[in-house]
Amino acid sequence: MISTAPSNDIFNITDIRKQFPILGRTINGKPLVYLDNAATAQKPKTVIEAISRYYTHFNANVHRGLHSLAEEATEAYEASRTAVQQFIGAAHREEIIFTRGTTEGINLVAYTWGHANIIAGDEVLISEMEHHSNIVPWQRLCRKLNAVLKVIPVLDNGELSLSAYHELLSPRTKLVAIAHASNALGTINPVKAMIETAHRVGAVVLLDGAQSAVHCDIDVKDLDCDFFAFSGHKVYGPTGIGVLYGKSAILNSMPVFHGGGEMIKEVTFEQITYNDIPYKYEAGTPNIADAIALKAALDFIALYGRNHIREYEAALLNYATAQLKVVPGLTIIGTAREKVSLISFTIKGLHPQDIGILLDKQGIAVRTGHHCAQPLMKRFGITGTVRASFAVYNTFDEIDLLVSGLLKAIKMLT
Amino acid sequence: MKKKIIEIESEIVESFSFLDTWEEKYEYIIEIGKKLPVLENQLKTEDKIIKGCQSTVWLVPSYIDGLVFFKADSDAIIVKGLVSMLIRVLSDHSPEEIIQARLEFMDQIGMHAHLAQTRSNGLRAMVSQMKEYARAYQVINLKD
Repeated sequence: MISTAPSNDIFNITDIRKQFPILGRTINGKPLVYLDNAATAQKPKTVIEAISRYYTHFNANVHRGLHSLAEEATEAYEASRTAVQQFIGAAHREEIIFTRGTTEGINLVAYTWGHANIIAGDEVLISEMEHHSNIVPWQRLCRKLNAVLKVIPVLDNGELSLSAYHELLSPRTKLVAIAHASNALGTINPVKAMIETAHRVGAVVLLDGAQSAVHCDIDVKDLDCDFFAFSGHKVYGPTGIGVLYGKSAILNSMPVFHGGGEMIKEVTFEQITYNDIPYKYEAGTPNIADAIALKAALDFIALYGRNHIREYEAALLNYATAQLKVVPGLTIIGTAREKVSLISFTIKGLHPQDIGILLDKQGIAVRTGHHCAQPLMKRFGITGTVRASFAVYNTFDEIDLLVSGLLKAIKMLT
Repeated sequence: MKKKIIEIESEIVESFSFLDTWEEKYEYIIEIGKKLPVLENQLKTEDKIIKGCQSTVWLVPSYIDGLVFFKADSDAIIVKGLVSMLIRVLSDHSPEEIIQARLEFMDQIGMHAHLAQTRSNGLRAMVSQMKEYARAYQVINLKD
C-alpha cells in the first residue's frame, strides 16, 4: 500500500470510513469492497440521522402551516436550498430547484424550456458519451418538434472531438446538452470553453452534472452554464432528491412543468397566477426529508474539503490505473487526460458479466454492462465494460483486492 | 425408463453436494458452460434472442413426437453454464412436465440468485420463454 493521503488534519481515512455504517458489512463472507460509487454513493451517518431526525422531530409540510413544526420543516428545507446554492456557486438561491434527480432535471428542461424555445429545423447538440438520460429527452423533443439532434463524436482516448464540436455549432444550434463528466469513461469535458463557444452562437447550455458534482469543484457562475442538473444520491445524499440549477432569467421565462399545489399564487377556474421561482417548478409536497438530508451530505463534503477529497480520489485513480495495467488482457476504455475517479475496462475474451459475478463472490461490488450509454459502447465496438468507481472512503488496499480478485476471476474463467 | 425432471434435478443437486466452496461450484458451472456446444450462427437469429440487460441468450426450441427439445447459447460463460443445466433438466420432456417444473434445484445448489428478478442476466427470462414454448406446443397438441 502507498500512502498519499492529503495533508489535512481532519482527512483521516479510518475516521472517514467509520462514518459509513454500511462499510462494516460482509458480502458472501468477505468484507464489502464497494467500487460502484458512480452508480450511487454510500451514506454517512449524518445523512441517515438527518432523515430520521426529520421524521422523529419535525415532520410537517413546508411553506403551508403556521404551526411550529411547519416552520421548523420549512426552515430546514430552505436551509438545504441555500447549502446547494453555495455548493454549486449559484448567484441566487431561487435558482435551485429540487427534483427527484438528474433525469428529472433534464426532462424538466426538455418539457419546459425545450417546448417553448425549439422549433422545426433547430438543432440540439449532445455528445456520443451521454448517459441515456441526456439522450432520450432530447431525441423525443426533436422528434416531436421536427428539430435535429446532432452528436459530438468521441475520440479513441474518450475525449470529445472539439474540432467536430466547433464544426457542428451553428446559429441553428439552440441547445448544447452534455455531460460534465462521463459515467462510462470518466472523461471530464472542457465544459467552460465549450460553454463560451456555444454562447457565441446563441445556444443555451445544459450540463449533466450527475458524475461531476461529487468529484469536481462546481461553480456555475464561473462556468456560465445555463442549466446544471445533479443527483443527491451520488454526492453521499439520499436517493429521490436532486437539483436543477437554472439562471434566474431563463427560469423566470420558462413555462411551468407540473401543475398543482405550491406552484401557484392564485387559482380560479378561469385563470391561474403562478408562483415565483423556484416554487413555480416544485408542484406538490416536495421530498422534504431527503432534501433536508442532502444538506447533511454537502456538509460532510465541506467538512473534509472538496480539494482534499479530490486529491485523495486522484491518488486512488492513479494507483488503480497503474495496478490494473498489469492484469493480463485488460484494456482501459477511456484514457482522457482529465478523469473523475472511475475506470472502465474490458478483459480480452471475457464477458464483463462473468467478471462481475466472480468479483461479487469475493465481496467486491463493481458495475458491469453498458452503463446506460449504449451509443458509446457501440462507438468502442463493445457491448459493455467492467467499471470500478472510487469514492472518498475507498482505500489503496481495496484496489489491491480488486486486482487480486480480478486475477482470480480470470484464472477461473480461462 | 426415462428420468423425470425432478430426478434430473436431484442428480444435479447430488453432484453439487461434493463441491464445498463457491470457487468449486462456479468452476463446475464454467466447465459445463464451456462444454455446451456452440449454437451454429445461422440459428442465432434475432427472434431467438432473449435479451438480458447485460448478456444475451439464444434459445432454439423444437417439438418432436410430443417432446420439447431446447438448444441454447450465451455470450457469457457462467450464464451459459446455468443455461446448460436448465436444458439438461427441461429438454426432452412433455410440455406438461416443463410447465409444471419448479426448478427448486437452483435454490438447493445456491444459484437461486441468478434466477432472481434483480439479476439482469436474461436467465429468468429464458426460463419464462422455455415455459412459453411448452405452452405453445401444448396448444398445438390439443388442436391435434
